Amino acid sequence: MEKIKSLADLKKIKADVEGKMNLRERSENPEQLVQIKVAMATCGIASGAKAVMDQLIQTLDKQQIPAVVTQTGCMGYCYAEPTIEVKKPGSEPVVFGYVDAAKADEIVEKYIKNNELVDGIIPVNYENIERK
Amino acid sequence: MANYKMHLLVCGGTGCRASQSDQLFENLKNTIAEKGLANDVQVITTGCFGFCEKGPIVKVMPDNTFYTQVAPQDASEIVNEHIIKGRKVNRLLYINPETEEHIADSKHMGFYRKQLRIALRNCGFIDPENINEYIARDGYAALAKCLSEMTPQQVIEEMKKSGLRGRGGGGFPTGMKWDITSQSKADQKYVVCNADEGDPGAFMDRSIMEGDPHSVIEAMAICGYCIGASKGLVYIRAEYPLAVERLKIAMEQARQMGLLGDNIFGTSFNFDIEIRYGAGAFVCGEETALIHSMEGLRGEPTMKPPFPSVSGYMQAPTNVNNVETFANVPVIINKGAEWFASIGTEKSKGTKVFALAGKINNVGLIEVPMGTTLREVIFEIGGGIKGGKKFKAVQTGGPSGGCLTEKHLDIAIDFDSLTAAGSMMGSGGMIVMDEDDCMVSMAKFYLDFTVEESCGKCAPCRVGNKRLNEKLEKICSGKGTREDIDLLRNLSHVIKDASLCGLGQTSPNPVLSTIDNFYDEYIAHVVDKRCPSGQCKALLQYHINPDNCVGCTACARNCPVNAITGERKQVHHIDQSTCIKCGACMEKCKFNAVFIK
Repeated sequence: MEKIKSLADLKKIKADVEGKMNLRERSENPEQLVQIKVAMATCGIASGAKAVMDQLIQTLDKQQIPAVVTQTGCMGYCYAEPTIEVKKPGSEPVVFGYVDAAKADEIVEKYIKNNELVDGIIPVNYENIERK
Repeated sequence: MANYKMHLLVCGGTGCRASQSDQLFENLKNTIAEKGLANDVQVITTGCFGFCEKGPIVKVMPDNTFYTQVAPQDASEIVNEHIIKGRKVNRLLYINPETEEHIADSKHMGFYRKQLRIALRNCGFIDPENINEYIARDGYAALAKCLSEMTPQQVIEEMKKSGLRGRGGGGFPTGMKWDITSQSKADQKYVVCNADEGDPGAFMDRSIMEGDPHSVIEAMAICGYCIGASKGLVYIRAEYPLAVERLKIAMEQARQMGLLGDNIFGTSFNFDIEIRYGAGAFVCGEETALIHSMEGLRGEPTMKPPFPSVSGYMQAPTNVNNVETFANVPVIINKGAEWFASIGTEKSKGTKVFALAGKINNVGLIEVPMGTTLREVIFEIGGGIKGGKKFKAVQTGGPSGGCLTEKHLDIAIDFDSLTAAGSMMGSGGMIVMDEDDCMVSMAKFYLDFTVEESCGKCAPCRVGNKRLNEKLEKICSGKGTREDIDLLRNLSHVIKDASLCGLGQTSPNPVLSTIDNFYDEYIAHVVDKRCPSGQCKALLQYHINPDNCVGCTACARNCPVNAITGERKQVHHIDQSTCIKCGACMEKCKFNAVFIK
C-alpha cells in the first residue's frame, strides 16, 4: 500500500476509491437522482438488455451523471425489448423500447442531459395500483 | 478492474455471525462466481445494520432491497431470482407487523425512519476490513484537517463548542476533558479508548468497533494531537474476539498507509496504538480501575483526585474516552461544531446509540438525536411490545440505571432528563419489560450481577449489595416483611453514599427505582404473598379447576414429584406441600384445567 504523506495524497486516494462506493452512496437517496430501470426478464436478456445496462452504466459514469441503474422484471413490452424506464427527479417515468447500445447513448445525451425526447417512447398505457 | 453493477452487503456483526452470516457470505460469493457474475456483483461483509432482531441481514444495492433472516441456503435463491431475473425474493423481505405488507426497502421501515446515524454512520455501509472504503466516506479527512490546518487548541475549542459529552455513561464534556489533559505537563501522555463495555444487554461499542474501527483510530489520533500524546491504548475485553480482530486489521492498514506511526501526513506528529485486553470485569469500565488493569494490577478503582488527566496510566497524564464518544469526533471536525450542536437538546448535543433489548419487537441497535422521547424509541423504532402485551417498564443505563414507567414515556431523552426521572443514560442499554415481568425479580437480577462484579474494595458495596440481594431473595420467596422494604431503602442509600466508585454509587438504583415506581408490587409480595406477574415461583400455586378436569390422569402421570392424586375419571388434586411448581401439569393438560393462583 502507498503511504499517505499529505492531505493531497489522501484526497487522491479518496477520488480513486469514491467511484466504487457511489453505487451504495446513491442508492440511499435514489429519488433525487435519475433512476433507470432495465427490464431484465428472459425476453430482455435474450435481446441484449445486459449489454444495454453495461453501456448505460459506462456512459453515465464517463459523463459523471449521478444515476441509479437497476434491473427489473418484465415490463410486458416483450415485442419491444430491450426496454428501459427512465425517471428523472420530479417528472413522470418514460419507457423506451428497442434500446441498443447506440440508442442508450442517445437517450443519455438527448433525454437525460437535455430533456429532448427521443424516438421509441412507449406510451404508458396501463394503470398500476399505486396510481389508482 | 471490475465495474460492479450490484453490491450485496452482508452483515458481519457478531449477532448475525451467530446465525451463520459468514456461511451465507461464502455461499453468495460461490454462487455468484458459478454463474459467472463475479465481475458484476460484489459481495461485501459490513458491520452491524442494527436490526439484529431479524438477522442475518442482506442489503442489495442499488435497489436498496432489505432482506431479513437470510439463511445460508437462501443464497442460490437470491442470486437466481433477484440478481439474474430481477425479481425480489418476497418471502425474505421485512414484513410490517401492523399492515402485514412486505417492505422492500429500509427507508420505509419504521425502525430506520426516526434514526439519525452519526456514530453508526458507516456501520452496515462499508467493509470494515477495507481502509479505502472508510477513506471514500471522508475517513481520515478530519485528522488531516486537524494536523494541517488547526492548532491543538483550536481543535479543543471546536470540541468544546460542539457540546459533545462522554457517551460511556458519565456525560462529562469531552472538550473539557481534552483541555485539562492537554494542560498537564509531562514527557509522555496517553490516549485511552475505553472499550470495556460491561452492561448486560449493551453492544453499541462492540458494533462500532466491528463495523467502523477506523473511526475510533482516527479520533484517538486527533485526541493525541490535542493533548500532546504519541501513544494510544485500546482497553478491550477479550470476549469481543471479532472486534479485536477487525481493530487489529484496521490498525495494520492504517500503519501501512502511514496514518499511524511517525510523521503522519508529513507533519512532526507521531502516534500509534496498542491493544490491551481486559478479562471482562464490569468495574474496569470505571477509568481508574481500567488504568490499573492495564498496568497489570488488580482492576480496582482508586480515589479521584488525582484524576487520570493529571496522573493516569503509568502515572502519566491520560485521557480516557469511550468508543462511541470517539466515533463522533471525526464527524464533528468534518462538519463543524455548529452542525453538531444544532442536533439534540440544550445540554445534550448530538445523538445517542441505544441497544434495544427485552420484550420488544425490534431488538437491535439504534441511534437517535438526543431529545427523542422514550415512546418514539420503544413504540415507533422498537415496534412496540412483543406479542401485543402491555408495556410495563424500561430499564435504562443497565445495572446502574433505574426503571422508568408509563408516566415517563414522553420524556425527551438526554443526560439530565433521565437523571431527573430517577434513572440515567448510562452507556445506552435499554431493556424493555412487559406485564409478565416481576419488578422485584428484575431488581434482583441486576443485584445478582453487581454482587458478582463488585471488586470488593469498599465494604458498603461488597457487603451491602450482598445483603440487598438476600433481602430481595427473601421477598421473592414469600418470606419478606414490610420492614424488609424499608431496610432495602435505607441500605441502598448507605451504599450509594459510602462507595468509592460509580459501581457502588449506582448499584442500588434498580432497587430504589422499582420501590419508588412499583411499591404496590413489593407490598403484594410481602403482605399478600402474591407475585402479580406470576414470576416468583415460590409465590405461585398450581390448582386444578374441578369444572374442567375430566380425570384423564395426564397431569398425574407427568408430575415429576407425584404431587397429583386422583382416580381415573375423577377430579384430580395437587398437594401444595409436595409441588415444586415446575408447570409440567399445566403443559400436559388438554382441558385447561390447571391454573395458577
